[in-house]
Order: sequence, then structure tokens, then C-alpha cells
Amino acid sequence: MELQKFQYDNKIVKWFAYATMFWGVVGMLAGLLAALQLAIPALNMELPYTTFGRVRPIHTNAVIFAFVGNGIFMGVYYSLQRLLKTRMFSDLLSKVHFFGWQLIIVLAAISLALGKTTGKEYAELEWPIDILITIVWVVFGWNMFGTIIRRRERHLYVAIWFYIATFVTVAMLHIVNSIEIPVSFWKSYSWYAGVQDALVQWWYGHNAVAFFLTTPYLGLMYYFLPKAANRPVYSYRLSIIHFWSLIFIYIWAGPHHLLYTAVPDWAQSLGVVFSLMLIAPSWGGMINGLLTLRGAWDKVREDVVLKFLVVAVTAYGMATFEGPMLSLKNVSAIAHYTDWIVAHVHVGALGWNGFMTFGILYWLIPKLFRTELYSKKLANMHFWIGTLGIVLYAVPMYWSGIMQSLMWKEFTPEGQLKWQFMDTVTKMIPFYVTRAIGGTLYLAGAVLMVYNIFKTIRAGSFLANENAEAPALEKVYNTHGKEHWHRWIERKPVQMMIVSLVVVAIGGIIEFVPTFLVKSNIPTIASVKPYTPLELHGRDIYVREGCYTCHSQMIRPFRSETARYGEYSKAGEFVYDHPFQWGSKRTGPDLARLGGKYPDSWHYNHMLDPTSMSPGSIMPPYPWLFDDQIDVSSTVSKIKAMKRLGVPYPENYEHAAAADMEKQAKQIAESLGKDGISVLPDREVVALIAYLQRLGTDIKHEAKKETPKP
Amino acid sequence: MSVIIILISASLLIALGFLIAFIWSVKTNQYEDDYTPSVRILFENDTKQLPDEEEQQQPNT
Repeated sequence: MELQKFQYDNKIVKWFAYATMFWGVVGMLAGLLAALQLAIPALNMELPYTTFGRVRPIHTNAVIFAFVGNGIFMGVYYSLQRLLKTRMFSDLLSKVHFFGWQLIIVLAAISLALGKTTGKEYAELEWPIDILITIVWVVFGWNMFGTIIRRRERHLYVAIWFYIATFVTVAMLHIVNSIEIPVSFWKSYSWYAGVQDALVQWWYGHNAVAFFLTTPYLGLMYYFLPKAANRPVYSYRLSIIHFWSLIFIYIWAGPHHLLYTAVPDWAQSLGVVFSLMLIAPSWGGMINGLLTLRGAWDKVREDVVLKFLVVAVTAYGMATFEGPMLSLKNVSAIAHYTDWIVAHVHVGALGWNGFMTFGILYWLIPKLFRTELYSKKLANMHFWIGTLGIVLYAVPMYWSGIMQSLMWKEFTPEGQLKWQFMDTVTKMIPFYVTRAIGGTLYLAGAVLMVYNIFKTIRAGSFLANENAEAPALEKVYNTHGKEHWHRWIERKPVQMMIVSLVVVAIGGIIEFVPTFLVKSNIPTIASVKPYTPLELHGRDIYVREGCYTCHSQMIRPFRSETARYGEYSKAGEFVYDHPFQWGSKRTGPDLARLGGKYPDSWHYNHMLDPTSMSPGSIMPPYPWLFDDQIDVSSTVSKIKAMKRLGVPYPENYEHAAAADMEKQAKQIAESLGKDGISVLPDREVVALIAYLQRLGTDIKHEAKKETPKP
Repeated sequence: MSVIIILISASLLIALGFLIAFIWSVKTNQYEDDYTPSVRILFENDTKQLPDEEEQQQPNT
């Protein structure tokens, strides 16, 4: 057999490694800022760009798509070449992928800071960036499958299956969840509304965790953990079983994010059942990872890389045990909307993704630069302060989450709610401070790593193209007599799979989405009416400022919630909500029935200085809403877009909208005037007040009308 | 709730894709040997050449 010589491309791995470290520090800084803002509201700086509602999406997008994203590509580009004994398919595609991804990250950071957001968690980026993501993702897939086809190793190691699953599923999730109708270059409305949007969003949201934060990292675990320990994985057979069962179960678990909401009960139960089943394949992976080190635990004591990997796998095991538990309806009833969920995701993000990435970097960089790690001591220090950081982050958040939830639910013997919402907020502050200390430690560890790796790089010499050799892959055609008709597909299975998936998906989307969804958005509650133009503008401001990051709009059918907030939310109330704004966290109270609760002047003063209306509030002020004018130029296109989505505005309403808007704005300005506040009716705060006063009132009025009946 | 049809069909499509991939992987004997691959990844090509800085032609070790 002929021995072929070729070279591995290490340069692309190096670039992605640098990007991982850079964006990791940036994303963690944004997270630290957001954490501190909850404890010290002054850190919102009264600027739109630095207010929590915009910083939080910057943080989540940066750590998920920039830090972990680049970490994935670093690991994939390194391991794929070696597992398949070939160079990456195309250096050009690698470069396009790298620079394209960094461009997306920069555009994301800028646009989110400017408030350009779709208002859907973890999918906040606006439609031009969504398209760019799709293109770059296809480039990544093209490069990966090209490499797979050119391989010199017939067997596809299990890690590669994880990479393939990542590529295919993320592509599908991203496309389905990002279907939106553009209003302008930086503004779009989700194609789906209300309950439907919520289902799509959490189908996406849950699987983004599954296929962006889990499967690629399991693939990396299956490569880098055996390499670092220099031992084969505990059971290769288990890894194969674990992969296939994980893939087939994961995608059905999404509705567990929507338990007790207005989503149909059977969909919730489906999500619960699959979430519980998930524990088996998830723990299959964890056990396989940990048992790889059986009989070699002495190595873990010595080797800092293994220390990071062991904690990462353990964190994965904890998070994937907790996940199914949180999916139980009775546990979700307590945990949903609280800091418990924040703790849960950070055990995954800081422990599993973060520590895995650090471990890989400490192992990889000395290899690429053909030298020893600059300081094992510093790396050990990083390990310990990082671990301490995770503990200090997670424990207070578990504690505060459970505590706050129990306070929300507590009644006095007289049957009154025991605590004002504000009481439960002020109780959180010490926990927010401890969490921020944990985050600071974790970030400090990451900075130590950057320094350590910088020194390592300075001492080493980089090997851009690593020589390797392997025998060519022989073509195997084991023909059993007459060839079956689909042999030609089997010869090119991977391309066929991708091509057919893409084709069918596009076809399906084009065919189904418009007809189906628009029709089914016909209201089921007659009193629910479309938003007035002013309210629509106000809603867009609500989305822009990221109010959903702290306020839910979904009252669950519990006595504690209906007593505090009012009638529980019905699916039919959200039929014009493009996008839905149910939120997932109650740092502040639920707003689903806010309308009519306070006078206009209350909202005016509250937006100017929240503590003036609710002492002790940690909500930031929004002074720019009082200076900026409502963007009336977009009214026509907004109404037009809504009409295309099936919102029943009267014919040619887009042209009458401006007049209606002025009228309503003047009414609000007058009502404010009566309370001694003079405000121009064209200010953004007027639109926001209009929206807030509308929230949940559609069926409130209905209820009033019905009660006098005997 | 018609959006569920889209989500289920998209999910089924993915599942179907993976089912085909699974059948392919079994049929092409990907899992014939469920031990060697785990060991094989541990071996690197030890072609200790330093192609960047030094001369290209050094004897393979």
C-alpha cells in the first residue's frame, strides 16, 4: 500500500484558539458587568448601550457563540484532521469560516449594544446577521464534509459523529427559529406569534444547548480526554450507543422550558418524558469520560489538563442530572423564573464548556508551539480559583433561587401574600454580590491562563504545517452479486444526507410556514385586538431595551401567581405577539397584567427613576426614552409587516396609522399633564407607556363585562 | 398549534437523517470493531520533521 505524505493545518487551529481566549475574556467581562449591575444598579451608567437589558444578551451571545463557538472550531479543526488522517478540505474555506465567524461576532456585539434585537433569547441577532450565520455555517459544513470524504481512515471515530450531529441540527434549528419578516434593515418581526413563537423558540433554545454546548463538546471530550490521559476511552461501544440514543432523544425535550405556561398540556408532557429519558444517554457520556481514567487517577493529581477535564465531565454529569429533575413539573413550578436556572446553566457553561475549553487549550498550545507549558503552577492556580469561582457562583444562586421562589409562594394565615415582590428583590442583593465574586474569580483564572499561554507561545516555535503520513484509503466495493439500485447513494452517503436535508427543509419551510401559521393566528378570544400603532412602537421599545431579560409576561395558574399578578395567562391572548415576550426570568415582577394597574404618571416617573416609585428597586433608569422621538418613519412598514403576518388591521390601515398614533399619544400626554408632568407626545416614553398600559387588559375588560350578569 | 407540525416534521426529518446515517454506518461495518478505534487515535505520526524553519528533508524517525 502506498504511503501518502501530507500536512496538517495547524494555523487555523491557532487562530481559533486565539479567538477563543479573546472572546472568552470579553464574554466573561460582559457577564461580570451584568452580574454587578444587579447588585449595584448605578453600573448601568444611564446609557442605553450599557444597560442590563442590552448587556445580558451581549454576555450570553458572546460566551455561547464567540467563546464556546470558537472553542468548538478550534477543537474540531485540530482533531478532525488527525482522526481522518488528512488536511482540512480547503484552506480557503477554513479562512472564510474563521473570518466570517469573527465578523458575525463583531456585528453581533455592535448591533446588540445598539438595541437591534429580535427579542428571542439566544437568537437575538437580527435578520442580516442570521443570513450571514447561515452562510458561514454552510462553509463550515462544506469544509468538514469535504474533509470526511477525503479521509484516509475508513472508520469515523465517534467524535466525528458528534461533530456531524452538531452541524446538521444547528443548521436546522437556526433556520426554523430565525424565520422573520424584515421591517427594515435592522428590524424584523418573528414569523410566529405567541404560543407558537414560544414553542419554536424553546425548541431552538433547548436544542442550542444540546447541539451547540453539548454534542460538539462531547466530541471534543472523546478526542482530547483519551489523548490527554494517553489511554483509550473506557468503552468505545458505550460511546456509540450513547451517541445514537442522545441524538434521537434530545430534540424532543424543548417544551420543558414552558411548563405551566399557556402551551398545551400534551406538549408539556412530551417534553417532560423525553427530558427524563435524556438522563440515560447523558450519563452514559459522563460515565464513559470518568471511567476512561480508571486506574489512572494518579495522573489526575499530576496533570493540570486532566484536572480541568475531570471537573468539566463532572459538571456535565451534574448539569445533566439537574436538567431532567428541573423538567419535572413540580420542580419546575418552584425553579422556573428564578436564579436556580441561572445556577444550572452556569454549572454547564463554567464547568462543562469553560473547563473543557481551558483543559484543551493547556494541552493544545504547547503541542502547536512544540514546547512545555510556561508554568504548571499558574495553571494549577487557575484550576483552583476557577473551581472556587464556580462554587461561589452556583451555590448562592441555588440558595437565592429557592428562597425567592418560596417567598413568592408564601401566604399569611389570613390568606394574603406574605411578601411584596420588592421584599424578595432586596433579599437577593447579598447573593448577587457573592455570585459576582465567584464570577470575578473565574474571570481572573481565565486571565491567568491567557498570560500563561502567552508566555508559552513566546517560548515556543509554531509549527504551521505538521507533516504526517498515512496509507491511502482503498476503495472498497464489496459487491454481492448484482448491485442494488441505491448503491450509488450509499457510496456518497454523507453528501446525500446533507443535500437531501437541506432541500427538504427548505421545501418544507416554504410550503408550510406561511399558509399554516397565518391561518392559525386567527384569534380564539374575541376581545383580543391587535396593538394600536403607538402600542406597537412601545412594544418594539420594550423588545429593544431587553425588558424580557428581567420581566416575564406569563402568569402560571398557581394561587400565588394569580393573587399577585391577576388572572393566569391564556394562549389566545398572545396571538398578535410577534415575537412572544414571555421571558424566562423574574428579576422583576411579571408584567402580563400590568395594564391599568398604575396611572400613566407612575410609569413616567418609574422609567425616569425606578426607585422613586418603588424604593429598593434594582431596575435601571431609562433617561433616553424621554429625549428620543418615536421613529414614526417606520410605522407604515411595521403595520404592513404585521398585516402580512395575518394581524387583522383594517384595509389600508397603514396610512391611517399615523393619525391614530398621534391621537393616542396626545391622550397620554394629557393624562400625564393632569398629574403635573409636561411631556411632548412624540417621545418614546409615551409609546412605552401606551404598551405597558395595554398589557393583559384585553381579557380584563371582558371579565368586568361578564361579572354583572346574574 | 399548527407550528407543532413544523417542529415535529423538522425534528423527524433530522431523526430520519440520522437513522439513514446510522443504517449506513452499520452497513459499512463502521462498528465491526468496537475497540481498535479508541486505541488508534492515541498514536500520532511521529514524522519528526521541522518543515517550517529547518530543511525539508530530514530522515523520518
